[in-house]
Parts: sequence; C-alpha cells; structure tokens
Amino acid sequence: MCSLRRVQLDYLLTEEQIMIRDLCRQIAKEKIEPRAAELDKSEKFPKEIIADMAKSDLFGIFIPEEYGGIGVGVLNLCIATEEFSRVCGGIAVSYAASALGTFPIILYGNDAQKKKYLPDLASGKKIAAFGLTEPSAGSDASNLQTTAKKEGEHYILNGVKHFITNGGDAETYTVIAMTDKNKGARGASAFIVEKGTPGFTFGKKEEKMGIRASSTRELIFSDCKIPKENLIAKEGMGFIVTMKTFDMSRPGVAAQAVGIAQGALDLAVKYSKERIQFGKTISSFQGLQWMLADMATQTEAARALVYSVARMVDAGKTNVGKESAMAKLFASDTAMRVATDAVQIFGGYGYMRDYPVEKFMRDAKITQIYEGTNQIQRNIIGLQVIKEMAK
Amino acid sequence: MNVIVCIKQVPDTTNVRINPETNTLVREGVESIINPFDMYAIEEGLRIKEKFGAKVTVLTMGPPQAEAALREAISLGADEAILLSDRAFAGSDTWATSYALSRAIEKIKDFDIILCGKQASDGDTAQVGPGIAAHLDLPQVTYVKKIEEIGDKIIKVERMTEEGFEILEGKLPILLTVVKEINEPRLPSLKGKMRAKQASIIKWTAADVSASGSLLGLNGSPTQVVKIFSPEKRKNGKIFDGDINEAADQIIKGLKGII
Repeated sequence: MCSLRRVQLDYLLTEEQIMIRDLCRQIAKEKIEPRAAELDKSEKFPKEIIADMAKSDLFGIFIPEEYGGIGVGVLNLCIATEEFSRVCGGIAVSYAASALGTFPIILYGNDAQKKKYLPDLASGKKIAAFGLTEPSAGSDASNLQTTAKKEGEHYILNGVKHFITNGGDAETYTVIAMTDKNKGARGASAFIVEKGTPGFTFGKKEEKMGIRASSTRELIFSDCKIPKENLIAKEGMGFIVTMKTFDMSRPGVAAQAVGIAQGALDLAVKYSKERIQFGKTISSFQGLQWMLADMATQTEAARALVYSVARMVDAGKTNVGKESAMAKLFASDTAMRVATDAVQIFGGYGYMRDYPVEKFMRDAKITQIYEGTNQIQRNIIGLQVIKEMAK
Repeated sequence: MNVIVCIKQVPDTTNVRINPETNTLVREGVESIINPFDMYAIEEGLRIKEKFGAKVTVLTMGPPQAEAALREAISLGADEAILLSDRAFAGSDTWATSYALSRAIEKIKDFDIILCGKQASDGDTAQVGPGIAAHLDLPQVTYVKKIEEIGDKIIKVERMTEEGFEILEGKLPILLTVVKEINEPRLPSLKGKMRAKQASIIKWTAADVSASGSLLGLNGSPTQVVKIFSPEKRKNGKIFDGDINEAADQIIKGLKGII
C-alpha cells in the first residue's frame, strides 16, 4: 500500500494541529489500513478502531475543554477526518458522524445538558449520531413526519428516521422532530435521545455501495418517552439547530472528500511508477502525467478551500452557510473526479476488488450526496450570492 | 513501586545500510524511532503502573536528539525521562553501554523492576539488558513473555524458550528483557503528546553518574567492530533433472567432489 509519509505544503498548522495530524496518520497506518478491506467487505462497524481513536483523545478535539475535550476546533476535526479518509472513508465517517451528533449539544445545549452528555462524548466512551433524514424528508427536510408531543414532564416521540450514520452503534442521538406540524419548518425541535430509552429501537441496517465500514440504520420511535429536559434550545428551534450544525459539520464532510481524493491519488501515483507497459513505467507517459497533475492540483485546491472555511468557523464567523456549502460541493466533486481517474490509471486492475482503488471511487460518491446533496449546496450558495448582491 | 525502562533510539528501517568506509550505520535521511522491542518494555512498564501505581522512569543513552525518543515514551504515559549523554560515551560497545546505564540506574537508586526490550533492531546483540544486570549484580530473566504476578518481594514470569516456555520466580529488584509476545503497545494520546512537549527531560553526563572514563567509549569497550559487511548472496542451487537414476549418480559424484 501507499506510504503515508509525504512532503506537505505548509498549511500553517499549529503545533497542536500537527500533533493531531501525525497521531491520526499513525492510527490510519497501524490500525485502519490493515483492516480497511476486510471491514469494507463485511460491513462491520469498526468498534475496536473507534476505541483506539477514543484512547488517543481524538473525540475530544471538537469538544470544549470545560466539558472534558481539548477545545472546539472545526479545523482539528477536518484534519483528523482527512487523515482517516485517506485510508478508509467508511471508518472516517463513523468518527465524523459522532461530531455531527454532538454539535447540536455544543451549539445550543444548556449547561446541564453539556455537563451530562459532553464528557462521555469527549472521552469517546460514548459516540453520537444525528437523526434528521426520513424516508420522505431528504433534501426537503421541512417535510418531517416524526412528531414530539409534550405531555406533562415529557415529550412523546413517534416516527421513523432513516439513513442514520452510527445508527445502532451510537449511544447519544440528537433527533429533529415536529412539535407543531402546523408551523412547518418553524415547528421542528431538536431533542437528545439516549439508546435504551423504551420505545426507541433500530430498524433496517442498510447495505451500501461505499463507506461500508460505517453503519447506516433506521431509528424507530414508537411512543418513546423522553424527559422534557432533553429538548435542545427551545421548541421551534429545530431547523436553526440543524442549519448551524451543518455549517460546522460540512467542512468535515468536505475534509472526508479531500482525504478520499488524496488517498486515491497516492495509490495512483504509486501504481503508475510500478506498472510497465510498452517497456516503460506508465508514469513516464505525458498523458498520464497530466492526469496526475490535474488530480493533484484539484485535491490541493479542495484542501485549501476546506481549511480556509474551517478556519473561518474557528475564528467565530457566524454566517458560514455559503462557504461551508462551497467547501462541501467543491471537495466532494473533486473526490469523485480524482477517484474515478485513479481507477482509470489502474486500468483493468482498478476495476477489481483485489486492488484498493475501486473502494475510493465507491466511498467518494456518497460525499456528493449526504449532508445535503450537491444540488442543495448549489441552492444555498446561489441564494446567498444573490442575497449579497441585493444588499 | 518503581520501574525503569531502558530504551534505545534506532533508525526506522529494517533494511539498515552500512557505510563501508567507517563501518557505521548510515543515519542520514533515515527517521529515528524507539527500538520496536523497547516499545513492549514501555508498554509493560505502563501496565505495571496502571495495576500497582508504579512510577515509570525511561532511561536512554545517546546523542542529544535521543530526547525525541524519551518524549515519545512520556506521550505514552511514562512519568520521568532521563537522557544520558556525553561525548565520553561515544564509541561504547554493549559492555561499556551497559556500564554507563548501570551507573545511571545506581543514581536513580529506588527501583524494583528494570525492563528492556530483548534486543535493538539495529545492533541485534541482546547484550545490553543482561550487561546492566551484571554490572548491578541483579537477578535477570531474558525473553519474558508474561509477568504472571508481582508480589511483595517476588516476581513470577514466563520466559520464552525455543521449545516452549519456563515459569521462573525471582527476587526484586530484578531486570527483565521482554519479547513482543508480552503485550500490544498502545498508541500515544493527544493529551500525552501535549504533556510530552512540555515535559522537562533530565540530562546526565558521565560525571553526573560518576562513571569512570576508562570504562567508557572506545577505551572501555572490549569489543571492536573490525568490519561490517552484508554476507554474499548465496549462489543458486543446481538442478539435476532427467532420468532419476542418472540424476542421483550426478548428485553423488558432485558431493564426492566437495568432500
């Protein structure tokens, strides 16, 4: 397999960020790489690897210090996700999805909720998941059917969430449900639901094209009674919580895409130097060099955009919807293109499962789809661009 | 309880290149790591710490850059790190090295268990651990694959042999060299790495540990490396094919020729 050591451009990372990168690279090389193919085949959740990440404090890098973390850092999260994705996009998303499920509590949770949930999430003793998508509410998230009805000291949840990453394997779920259907998007609210709550079960586990080491499952709520203290922010804030969560998490998906692109590129470069056709290594052909040049340039451009957006978020910029969407859009399209070209460079071998490169192409595809399809990202960007012009 | 783990910084390669002029290892362009076998010794020290509340001190002898190996040990959870570094140590063989390390251990004074990896991946001698025990007049068990129990004054271990294993009991303090079957070394943690960056490394010279100059470096080294070379590649075997009886006759003839 490819060597994970390479000369990096200077990304102006802090010492802490370099430590995160090196540590994640070590985990990727020693723990993930040897098992990536097997987990992709078996679709088994990487429990032991998640435990290794936890022991190395990596679930703390997006959680504030006062709650047991190392400090909120979207760039930290991006660096970690990128390094893991370079070897396995499936394991990387299992990690990053815990951040996605945790962000609503970090952003809008009250002190009691933060104290109760964040320390275990920071230590990785528990992992989180975010429950928004429903069978008839994908891109049109306002069409949620799951309801939360207030009854005295409790909310009663009913409905089905599907395609939930870490579903079944996470312990802490942040779930969006309608508290007032008449109000449309303004009638949604965010809740914390713990695994094991009566009335909360798991449905079908999906069989996927890529990111197969991650688990994607249905969450089923049937008269699931949760204490009213589990409401995040206020009733009706569900969509704001969701949008702000995505602003934080989209750079992470974009970083996953950058990692997949880089991983595919690493493999393609290495292979092109080994494969001999017409008496020469295929890397000596200009046509192929130009392909590699485009792949490398696009990956680098994606990385630069992702890091810059992550830094904006870390610097406290509040309206990052457009930039976040741009990073996700650009990086995921890049990952798909680079991974497809990497398979092309491998030729027939690239199409075979015995070689690791086809997995990158399968893993790349989802990054164009989840956390808002790239069409939805374009909507966000387009509307914002027009809005800015009207000012 | 106090545990001392002796470690060595080595080049990160299993394919060591040798400078034919100087008979020394080529270190340029090769990243340095903790000797892989010492990682098991560190891990075992940390497990003793977690079980018995021991203090783990890592000790290395080497050039100033060996500090990186000590910091890595701290990032894994070691409490204290000592770098034994002095021009006077340069050129020490395994005997002089184990003497110098034993002087440092005398200075540390309080210890119950000394752990070493079974050998270093560069020199492959497996002599420094036993040498330290000899200098300190301590009991030693080499190739330990399991620590069964640690009592008040007694330790019980399993020692790997070619045929199987032995169960041995020894009095504390004791020196153990460990094999890779003993455990699975942990990865560093981020908090550990941050602590390691801040940690202060204790630095001792030959004078600090009252080591006698005549027993150090080239002077104190009874062995000298005369020549290092890669053995010649074995020539390909000869295949006798065709009629089996004829082939057998040919082989017998060939063998007679050698004798």
